[in-house]
Amino acid sequence: MNSAFQAALKATLPPQSLLIEAEALRPYECDGLSAYRQVPLAVCLPETLEQAQAVLRICLEHQVPVVARGAGTGLSGGALPLADGVVLSLARFNRILGIDADNRLARVQPGVRNLAISEAVAAYGLYYAPDPSSQIACSIGGNVAENSGGVHCLKYGLTVHNLLALKVLTMDGELLEIGAQSLDSPGYDLLALMTGSEGLLGVVVEVTVKLLVKPERAQVLLAAFASVETAGAAVAAIIGAGILPAGLEMMDNLSIRAAEDFVHAGYPVDAAAILLCELDGANAEVSEQIMAVREVLFSAGATEVRTAQDEAQRMKFWAGRKGAFPAVGRISPDYYCMDGTIPRQHLAQVLRRIGELSEQYGLRVANVFHAGDGNLHPLILFDANQPGEMKKAEDFGTDILRLCVEVGGTVTGEHGIGVEKLDAACSQFTAAELAQFHAIKAAFDPAGLLNPGKAVPTLHRCAEMGRMHIQGGALPFPELPRF
Amino acid sequence: MTTESVLINRVRQAIADSTPLCIQGGASKSFYGRTCQGEPLDVSGHAGDIRYEPSELVLTARAGTKLSEIETLLAANNQMLPFEPPHYSPGATLGGMVAAGLSGPRRPWGGSVRDAVLGVKLLNGRGEVLRLGGQVMKNVAGYDLSRLMVGALGTLGVLLEVSVKVLPRPADERTLVFELDDDIAAARQIAWGRQPLPLSATLYEAGRLYVRLSGSAQGVQAARVAMGGEETASALWAEVREQTLPLFQTKQALWRVSLPAAAPAMPGENLTEWGGALRWIVSDEPAESIRQHAAALGGHATLFRGHDGMGEVFHPLPPAMLALHQRVKLALDPHSLFNPGRLYQGL
Ligand SMILES: Cc1cc2nc3c(=O)[nH]c(=O)nc-3n(C[C@H](O)[C@H](O)[C@H](O)COP(=O)(O)OP(=O)(O)OC[C@H]3O[C@@H](n4cnc5c(N)ncnc54)[C@H](O)[C@@H]3O)c2cc1C
Repeated sequence: MNSAFQAALKATLPPQSLLIEAEALRPYECDGLSAYRQVPLAVCLPETLEQAQAVLRICLEHQVPVVARGAGTGLSGGALPLADGVVLSLARFNRILGIDADNRLARVQPGVRNLAISEAVAAYGLYYAPDPSSQIACSIGGNVAENSGGVHCLKYGLTVHNLLALKVLTMDGELLEIGAQSLDSPGYDLLALMTGSEGLLGVVVEVTVKLLVKPERAQVLLAAFASVETAGAAVAAIIGAGILPAGLEMMDNLSIRAAEDFVHAGYPVDAAAILLCELDGANAEVSEQIMAVREVLFSAGATEVRTAQDEAQRMKFWAGRKGAFPAVGRISPDYYCMDGTIPRQHLAQVLRRIGELSEQYGLRVANVFHAGDGNLHPLILFDANQPGEMKKAEDFGTDILRLCVEVGGTVTGEHGIGVEKLDAACSQFTAAELAQFHAIKAAFDPAGLLNPGKAVPTLHRCAEMGRMHIQGGALPFPELPRF
Repeated sequence: MTTESVLINRVRQAIADSTPLCIQGGASKSFYGRTCQGEPLDVSGHAGDIRYEPSELVLTARAGTKLSEIETLLAANNQMLPFEPPHYSPGATLGGMVAAGLSGPRRPWGGSVRDAVLGVKLLNGRGEVLRLGGQVMKNVAGYDLSRLMVGALGTLGVLLEVSVKVLPRPADERTLVFELDDDIAAARQIAWGRQPLPLSATLYEAGRLYVRLSGSAQGVQAARVAMGGEETASALWAEVREQTLPLFQTKQALWRVSLPAAAPAMPGENLTEWGGALRWIVSDEPAESIRQHAAALGGHATLFRGHDGMGEVFHPLPPAMLALHQRVKLALDPHSLFNPGRLYQGL
């Protein structure tokens, strides 16, 4: 590390806020996508806004790239350090700054955990709606950067729908206030633009979230099906009936069995697929909807429909779903999690095709996903110690994402492009679209120092890919995840 | 030649001639914002090609498609645009709806225009056609430039096509009215806002608080019993949305003030919507003092009607934000072709 640069950081940060020893840097070498690893030059853990601003200004002066980091649970390598860069951890920005129950909002620092917000406002009968499965660990700043979703997005929206304001530092240390405690702020909707920008446009240093009133009652139905296709059709039937469930999740047989072995949720292990359908609202409303949904499910071919008998059973039903990833992790040495989203009408067709690909590649797939939003999470099971399996899993994943784009969907619904899906993004965007994204990046960060190389592939990279495609050669593939 | 290629050619010609363009859909919201200086570009002919599958909860159409046509189609399938957009005249188009970014009475509960936009096809200032966002509920590939178009008043490009999320219409809807003094009405709304009630609109004017409930028949009935009040006609919501109420016919300056819902009253408030989050004020007070007052309460003020289109209509941005807006504008429209000055002077 350049000594002037190091001296400048040392002069700015207290000793406990600057890590430069190899051993101390190690824990930061990857995020939730641990196949990609890189130790950074240094890790800065500022405790104040002024320190964060100073770190950015020093990095700008010395032309050192900066990777913001929340809790490091990202699944696409967004927080992967750069060898010649600094990691700016927001872990010490971990305070809830204010709760305004009458205006149903909370002001929090970016390092606050997602679940901690709902816990802090529970006493007011309020909660923060987006609930990623990682919510006990992931930070709200990371949620903003990824536009994270959860099992309740269908009715309550993604992170972008549940924010009111951000405070953001640009690379030159300027503090911007985007949005407000009031609705529909004047000017361009930079709040939407910042959300999901994967740390490339600015560093989020404060978040004002919208809070919702806890519904009077929430109830979950579990329906079993003899095929994934009928389960997929049942999803369309529920929505076609004019019902908007709070959550509508599907699991296939492999994930049902894995989850059942893991958390004993009481799932029907013989079913080809199950749907979990949560209904919430006023007591009377929920009762009415339960009856309606039961009827729809049976006429759509459900072999069994159960209603959680009490809150404990409801939590059990959800525990199986929320624990599905780790559960699958127990039945396979490795798995590779995909995140494509498709128009729901193609659900049955895409699931069938994934099944065929699974046979073709000789790799098992567990499907567990946000069926209501058409957001698929096929988990490709493989063993990285078997020669060639990693590559097969990667190719299989690429085929799935291509299929998603073909039917009018996207390569990532909520996990982000990061470094992992840069090649997949080439298949989704034209050169003009990518150039437009780069121009937007330059409007915020002309020096190109914030998380460079992530989220938007270079035109060069995509051109290379295209060329390789024509030659029919093997695509360059990075090492696959083991988590 | 398709209507799309006509528009592309017009924009390419405008680049070559350096002529700024004033994009116009149905001209239903031409009063909104500052006056645009440039040649008119009529996009209302680029209409139709509606793709709509009710069970997907998504509708895609060309930007010149009439809002009335879309809403009729949705209603026939028992669905709706959740943000209840104002038309203001029969010519209102889908693209204009996105560009203006105005949402109606359901906004705090059903979300805004930008909440529902899933993707757009955009003709940028380089004459390129871009697909931004998509037709699915969740999509985090690429920056969210489609939502950036909402409320940009056409300053970033020509919208060619829009995909929006739609929702089932509530099974039941009822309107209640309460006779209340303003401070009690405000307190009541704050209290209701903290309860799980199926609210979908509020309006307070001259001692009367109107509340709309939407949901399942039983849910609405339960809330109706719990809340009291008298039942009344529901035509009111269209009148406030379309601004046909007498208040909006004023020749004086009409201010649209967005505040945190529980913020205290501004001087001279005439009508309150959105559970307190939107206040309409007819006033001859200097713009500066109205804006300062709104900002002090955590909000902002728009000079909605009754101005000459020359001064600032929207709440002025701090210098760093304005500079960023200018850079964002140039990233999409490098020759400053589209709707110059419509949103802010110099943008
Ligand atoms: C078991 C498991 C389950 C998961 N389930 C879900 C799920 O249901 N839904 C879902 O959407 N995701 C899920 N995720 C993915 C992940 O938890 C989310 O993407 C989360 O939002 C990341 O938050 P983080 O704090 O860990 O961010 P990090 O991983 O630290 O960072 C993610 C990205 O955000 C940037 N960033 C972080 N903080 C800031 C900041 N303050 N300012 C600017 N940029 C910043 C980083 O540079 C990086 O690009 C899951 C992950 C795991 C491991």
